[in-house]
Amino acid sequence: MRANVWSGRNRVQVENVPDPKIMSSRDAIVKISSTAICGSDLHMYDGYMPTMRKGDILGHEFMGEVVETGRDVGTLSVGDRVVVPFPIACGNCNACRNEMYSVCENSNPNAGLAEKMMGHSPCGIFGYTHMLGGYAGGQAEYARVPFADVGPIKIENDLPDEKVLFLSDIFPTGYMGAELCDIQPGDVIAVWGAGPVGQFAIASAKLLGAERVIAIDRFGYRLAMARDEAGADDIIDYEQADVLATLNEMTGGRGPDACIDAVGMEGHHSHVALHAYDRVKHAARMETDRPHALREAIVSCRPGGTISIIGAYGGMVDKFPIGAAVNKSLTFKMGQCHVHRYLRPLLDRIENGEIDPSFVITHKLGLDDTPRGYEMFKNKEDNCEKVVLKP
Amino acid sequence: MATSTTHGNGSAPTLPDARPPLPRAPSPEGEITRFLGWFSLGLGVPQTLAPGRVNRLIGVRDDASSRIWQRVVGVRELAAAAGIFGRPRPAGWLWARVAGDIKDLALLGVAWRNQEQRTRRLAAAAASVAGITAVDAFAAARMSRLPADVTKDPSFRVKASTTVRRGPDELYAFWHDFANLPRFMAHLEAVETRQDGTSHWRATGPAGMKLEWDAEIVSDRPGELIAWRTLPGAEVVHSGIVGFVRAPGERGTEVHVDIEYAPPAGKAGSIIGKLFGEEPELQVRDDLRRFKQVIETGEIVRSDGTPEGTEARRLVAQRPARPLERSSS
Repeated sequence: MRANVWSGRNRVQVENVPDPKIMSSRDAIVKISSTAICGSDLHMYDGYMPTMRKGDILGHEFMGEVVETGRDVGTLSVGDRVVVPFPIACGNCNACRNEMYSVCENSNPNAGLAEKMMGHSPCGIFGYTHMLGGYAGGQAEYARVPFADVGPIKIENDLPDEKVLFLSDIFPTGYMGAELCDIQPGDVIAVWGAGPVGQFAIASAKLLGAERVIAIDRFGYRLAMARDEAGADDIIDYEQADVLATLNEMTGGRGPDACIDAVGMEGHHSHVALHAYDRVKHAARMETDRPHALREAIVSCRPGGTISIIGAYGGMVDKFPIGAAVNKSLTFKMGQCHVHRYLRPLLDRIENGEIDPSFVITHKLGLDDTPRGYEMFKNKEDNCEKVVLKP
Repeated sequence: MATSTTHGNGSAPTLPDARPPLPRAPSPEGEITRFLGWFSLGLGVPQTLAPGRVNRLIGVRDDASSRIWQRVVGVRELAAAAGIFGRPRPAGWLWARVAGDIKDLALLGVAWRNQEQRTRRLAAAAASVAGITAVDAFAAARMSRLPADVTKDPSFRVKASTTVRRGPDELYAFWHDFANLPRFMAHLEAVETRQDGTSHWRATGPAGMKLEWDAEIVSDRPGELIAWRTLPGAEVVHSGIVGFVRAPGERGTEVHVDIEYAPPAGKAGSIIGKLFGEEPELQVRDDLRRFKQVIETGEIVRSDGTPEGTEARRLVAQRPARPLERSSS
């Protein structure tokens, strides 16, 4: 089959690789009809995620048709149309039973590696480093789906792929980011990052009853999408305006009730010197993450408010304003999305017409054009917001 | 997964006390090393305190300059003795002794060129130093090859624990059927239980090396613990205990494993070193990880990069995350 593989920093290529096969009785093989490039794929593309190997198949947002099932997968049949959540979860451990699927205790066969870095291991993830399992990803014609009796959700309507594909990651991730804010009537929510996850965090905050949602980014086309499609009430271009002062002005000096970091480890700072400081440390691997958005969110948040972190971080940060956080009594909530818990409720919202997630798609490419998609997405060429690939 | 035993509730039994005692055997490397330590001490004390007598004994002209050299060499010997006795794994100090020996031979060579001192005693001294150089080099080489964790202590102990979402009785029963153990212990090939309650264990080491041993159960409390010990003649001498403690709340059962391996001696020592590499804990932790996977999910969890499932060596040697070639299935 054809598959997009990582072959070094800033290099991906589409290659012929062997077809996947059933490795265990709870596996299914899915023939992929649609897949996508995620912002977190760029962290590997840019070479900031350790434990990648040349030849790894990337991709963790995919859907398609079940073409083979292991003998213990009673929930799926050949021919079913499914969306596959990016976290691999066994469904049997304490974490899964508590619906904390992204910290499944069994799905990472390389848990020992993750423990060295994090103390405990999170779940395995498709196409997302060897530290998180070494699973082949979904930017390919076929994928093996472990624990297929637990993860994939059947799509039994005739909605096009574009409307349901993002149940695999970015819609639930954005939704969880908003849910973690525990939105109360009258709440103002600020969202750093108007990439695809940020768009869904904005849209979800509105769905969950936020009084007002403010989007912060530096790309005009992304801010326009946030306002016109996702439903942001206000936008801030952080290269044009002082974020703290603007947020204070927008909220009568209170600050946002909750702040969502949908940026993660490769943030930018409007101040050239500060950005250069972190950029250099990051490039020299002295700091694995550049937490500009997070720092700004902490300083901007109203005392007693909530910081919700859904951007991808990999390791360590410094200059972390813990003093501001403690003295303002902030609540921190974060995590890789427990996608499985949101599949059914969010599919219901799509079916009911409350949201059409396809609004983020700006580019559709064939699988063989995946490397071009990475370049466009990385460099924000041609107003690129989200690339969908059709194997 | 944790590497030290912590208990979820205060009433948990203290498992290490129940572990059966381990038969001990001295290791040849340790014996030779201790001998060399005493040798350094025996040489260093008279060289520092009575350099003149030592000069006369080995046939070197006794003058101010040679006495200073004797004292310098004596202090070096005392430092070597302190290093050998004070360090758990004194390979570096043994190599320092080898370097010192070579310098001594050079000093004796200088003395030899001086006609007045050419005596039988000087020849004997040179022969002695050459002999001890050989022993030093042998011991240093052996000590350098031993894995760090093996030489730190005469025996070594591995502890690991995990929590499994099942009751203690079920986990105890699964573990007690020793035929189940190879399903999650990576190195085990088979375990057969005999009529008399003893069992025969077969394992595979690196490069297909076969290892076998017999073991007996020394303590067996249903739903609580199983303790075992190898029988005389075992190739990997060890004793161990696995305990099952109900976890607080509805969290299932804590499984605590505590194994002690005999001091490395001869073949078995190097085998243990090779089996466990530099991190003997990893193997036991991975075994427990697989135990949890088998019990909770019904099987070993495999990925494309780790097709055999959790295994210590896979942490350093991953294959790419892409499907395996058909031929390798």
